[in-house]
Amino acid sequence: MAEEFEPKLIAFTCNWCSYAGADLAGVSRMQYPPNVRVIRLMCSGRVDPIFILEALKRADGVLVTGCHIGDCHYVSGNLHAEVRVKLVKKALEMVGLEPERLKLEWISASEGEKFARVIKEMVDQLKKLGKNPLRDG
Amino acid sequence: MSSIEEEQEEQEKQEKQQSVLVLGGGVCGIQVALDLADMGFKVYLVEKKPSIGGHMAQLDKTFPTLDCSACILTPKMVDVARHPNIELLTYSEVLAVSRASKSFEVTILKKSRYVNEDKCTGCGICAQYCPIEVPNEFDQGIGIRKAIYVPFPQAIPLIYTIDKENCIKCGLCERMCEAEAIDHNQQPMKITVTVGSIVVAVGFQLFDAKNKQEYGYGRYDNVITGLDFERLVNAAGPTGGHLARLSDAKIPKKIAFIQCVGSRDEKSGNLNCSRVCCMYAIKQAILAKEHIPDADIHVFYMDIRAYGKGFEEFYTRAKEEFNVKFVRGAVSEIVEIPETKNLIVRVEDTETGELLEKEFDMVVLSVGLTPPSDSEAIENILGISKGEDGFFSSPDPQIFTVDTNIGGIFIAGTAEGPKDIPDSVAQASAAAMKASVALVQLTQEEKHVEK
Amino acid sequence: MIDKPRIGVYVCHCGKNIAGVVNVEDVAEHVRNMAGVIVAKDYRYVCSDPGQDMIKKDIRDYQLDRIVVVACSPRLHEPTFRRVLEESGLNPYLLEMVNIREQCSWVHMDEPDKATEKAKDLVRMAILRSQLLEPLEIKEVKVLKSVLIVGGGVSGISAALDLAEMGFKVYLVEKNESIGGHMAQLDKTFPSMDCSICILGPKMVEVARHPKIKIISHADIVRVEGYVGNFKVKIRENPRYVISDRCTGCGECQEVCPIEYPNEWDINLGVRKAISVPFPQAVPSVYRINIDYCLQCYKCVEACGAREAIDFGQKPKETELNVGAIIVAIGFEPYEPYQLKEYGYGTYQNVITNIEFERLINAAGPTEGKLIRVSDMKVPHRIGFIQCVGSRDERIGHIYCSRFCCMSAIKQARQIKEKLPEAEVYIFHTEPRTFGKGFEAFFRKTREYGVSVVRGRASKVLEDPETGNLTVFVEDLSLGKPVEVEVDLLILSVGMSPPKDLESLSRTLRIPRDPDGFLLEAHPKLRPVDTHTAGIFLAGACQSPKDITDSISQAKAAAASVAALLSRGKIRVESMIAHVNQDLCIGCGLCQEICPYQAMTIQNKKSKTIPALCGGCGTCASTCPEHAITMKHYTNKQILAEVVTAFQR
Repeated sequence: MAEEFEPKLIAFTCNWCSYAGADLAGVSRMQYPPNVRVIRLMCSGRVDPIFILEALKRADGVLVTGCHIGDCHYVSGNLHAEVRVKLVKKALEMVGLEPERLKLEWISASEGEKFARVIKEMVDQLKKLGKNPLRDG
Repeated sequence: MSSIEEEQEEQEKQEKQQSVLVLGGGVCGIQVALDLADMGFKVYLVEKKPSIGGHMAQLDKTFPTLDCSACILTPKMVDVARHPNIELLTYSEVLAVSRASKSFEVTILKKSRYVNEDKCTGCGICAQYCPIEVPNEFDQGIGIRKAIYVPFPQAIPLIYTIDKENCIKCGLCERMCEAEAIDHNQQPMKITVTVGSIVVAVGFQLFDAKNKQEYGYGRYDNVITGLDFERLVNAAGPTGGHLARLSDAKIPKKIAFIQCVGSRDEKSGNLNCSRVCCMYAIKQAILAKEHIPDADIHVFYMDIRAYGKGFEEFYTRAKEEFNVKFVRGAVSEIVEIPETKNLIVRVEDTETGELLEKEFDMVVLSVGLTPPSDSEAIENILGISKGEDGFFSSPDPQIFTVDTNIGGIFIAGTAEGPKDIPDSVAQASAAAMKASVALVQLTQEEKHVEK
Repeated sequence: MIDKPRIGVYVCHCGKNIAGVVNVEDVAEHVRNMAGVIVAKDYRYVCSDPGQDMIKKDIRDYQLDRIVVVACSPRLHEPTFRRVLEESGLNPYLLEMVNIREQCSWVHMDEPDKATEKAKDLVRMAILRSQLLEPLEIKEVKVLKSVLIVGGGVSGISAALDLAEMGFKVYLVEKNESIGGHMAQLDKTFPSMDCSICILGPKMVEVARHPKIKIISHADIVRVEGYVGNFKVKIRENPRYVISDRCTGCGECQEVCPIEYPNEWDINLGVRKAISVPFPQAVPSVYRINIDYCLQCYKCVEACGAREAIDFGQKPKETELNVGAIIVAIGFEPYEPYQLKEYGYGTYQNVITNIEFERLINAAGPTEGKLIRVSDMKVPHRIGFIQCVGSRDERIGHIYCSRFCCMSAIKQARQIKEKLPEAEVYIFHTEPRTFGKGFEAFFRKTREYGVSVVRGRASKVLEDPETGNLTVFVEDLSLGKPVEVEVDLLILSVGMSPPKDLESLSRTLRIPRDPDGFLLEAHPKLRPVDTHTAGIFLAGACQSPKDITDSISQAKAAAASVAALLSRGKIRVESMIAHVNQDLCIGCGLCQEICPYQAMTIQNKKSKTIPALCGGCGTCASTCPEHAITMKHYTNKQILAEVVTAFQR
């Protein structure tokens, strides 16, 4: 019997909002699938397109999270993150990769429930999309 | 006494005068403590509850920005915990204050937590195993906590406390604690400190809505106060952020907010405006709409006081973007329909002159702010005077807002009178400024006298 | 990067919190033989005192230079363990923490095997990252113990006195000839009914006399450079044609001067001489010649005599100040309601503003306190107030409430009743915002004096050309029908507008403005007096409309922030900052454009970081098209090392 496909998800979080939201999910004991590996940055504006592209060589999906617009601890970092993710999505479309494999979500420090839900939904969606053809191994 | 000893005594005296006592660990007390500590003074922050954070920690979002309250408060709480100049004394109260030359000698009682503060790591295993459940005060009695508890997950300090009244001494917590931090025989401790200046930031208490009998709070399940509402919409609250009726957990579709409950009201004994309720009701109306987009929301008011930065825009948003209906009218009575537990609100629409009776699933009473419960005790201990409204007051509240009738003692925040968070924070820094000037002048005087 | 890092790994049980789900011994075992790992242990409570001691001992015994703590969230204990490293003589940035509690054991409680595998992956990521960690400079910059306060109104004065008392040197720069601002123009203040200049005057004198405060009046800010603790400010003093050091303020020149012109300080209701001070209690009491009106008849020079204080050849003087911090307290301007044609201001003579009223009712004002109509000098019998003029009005783009005008009108209404008990006084408003301490009681008392409060917005005003009287058309919301009220004198309660020079000053100081045009604070709740530029603070009405009491509170708060910043003589600068590789940089300036802290400067066609301003977000690093910017502690290599090993076992 074939084993169920377990997608691999890499998530970039910002120290002030989304990482704290992920912590709150833990404090509240909200359960979500263990498919995600979180990389902590100070700001979503730090996310360089090459991080996303390298991540897509090793994982089936990439999640970029940050503060809600207007709440960025560094004023405008998340605005830049938004623009970059849009550009990378367009690039992915051009090489024929499903743009749903890259997601951008704003998660505040109080949205533990949202963090858990976003992970669950993305893992479910990646299960449907199947293994990332660009991924090694 | 030798000159070296005299010098040492003098240095100790100087160091003592460079310290400040801050009473109250809400957002105001926290700001005073941080400002003074950053300036280099030693701060004793005394808080009667097991954790700092005050009422702001109970809020979901704050007006007019709809910032998450805990998100902006907890970093400041952590700063307090970590600051090398701040000694945090929680679950403690001031017993007595006496004048010692130009300083104050303060006796503080550290109540027994029955948990060793140095050993507890805040891991929480004890609470998981504790068999006793009691209503959680932090959740306005809507949620529960154990007999060994922290009031909320981000509590500072993150140290458990045993509520001896409800503890049955089963010993399970002691057995499960791997840090061996439980001590059922712990005794309260008295500490004496000498400080050069005191800042009183003991906050407020909400008007007890039960005193407005015609509104049915305490008798009707679905009549709640503004703070009850905050805990219901809070994602970390007793319902996980689901705005539901307390009677049957159903989602309310018609919600009424009643303003000026306990304020501008002769019968309640308070003729003054509580300054924040217009805005917090508008905020809660918007939050209710965000949670339940098809809800029908009415706000029954006398005047809408949307005076601060961004307030008027917030009020306009509520009307135009969220379709909240504002009705200028005095609510005479609320009556419950026993079968559905819905409520009938009887109101005179002062603009049309009509007498209305409207049915709602849920009614939120925007209760006002009153002086804190221990204000009389503090008045007796410190000797500072109150104004006519019962809040602590400066002899000249217009120009010298944070002063009191006693030199070296200052007031700030809602203890001085109702105000919102930005005004409390600004006043906190103002009080810190005055306290620091008082301390500097104290040392200068000493130096001058010596010469 | 050190060639051979020596890494110590500590996996925490956290009682049963982690160990109850994750197999911590397996996790330690998994990494024990990784390159660079010298020690890999599991321990019950790593954050406890014995746990911390164990790490310190291992650092000594094994010469460890990288520490990886695998436990709860770094948001909880990162500073705790950074201190452990510091106390062991290691740079605190050589610590890496792995979150296997909040983000692992607590959220995958039903899948212990998968949780353990995840923990192993996370620790591996941290170890590869820790190999690339570098010690970061813990830099402190010296700060100057001096402050520049821009604006000499009640806020600026209050902050100046507080800071001077603390021992800081204060430069108080004021664009007008005298400090005092708008509060000096008022007659009485609410709700105490204190005489305004009586409480402000002594403070103004205190400022002038204080050895630590230097007033630079009739001056503008030209340029601001530098960063927190070390600002360089260029000030231009505009010519008074009177030498400040020689003028004794005796006023003999004013007596002989033949020219009069409208006094702006009296809202052009009174006059002043070509050489004069704007009002008697002016501080500094240095006279000024308005060269546009002066005849150069030299009568003043004669009267001045041996003091020789007058100098027609005076030029603007530029000075440079070095200060550690700046407080902006430039106040507001009363809204000028010419635009609101329906009220007739500027056309109908007997329509005045609340600030003009203040000058009329003031015993030292142009009418010596007599309340009379401008058209015929007669005493009015029926006076009306229209509220919210220039506030809460979408048409003119001022949606905000000006916060003080309800109380101001109530105060002025009471003053009228006190002077003219028989007068009929009406206030037309939609709601009284009497929210402050003592306000509600003041309002009640004023109504007891017989002031009529009419609830409704005044839609228009018409003048009777023969009498000069005005008819106010208002929709009375209590009666539910329109009414017409005839008054002899109509007072428009105008709100606060941002001062005209706020826009250019906001650019000079690099402080953004909020949607209403006032200066933007760093955070409306918790940092109401800070701006996003470290070292620059706000106080008073320039941040948002407010009354005197709240302005003083805010000014004290700003002073406290400055005192906290400057007292230690130095401040710690962010260590995780951007660094620009000068060889790779092409000088495109993109980083400078996007940096929210103005921390990037272009020098010699290359970009450079100002360490004291860098906030550590890293947005520049991911923006640079040449990848010339390295973000310390979050370098591309460090982050990619984590990405590469995230799932690769």
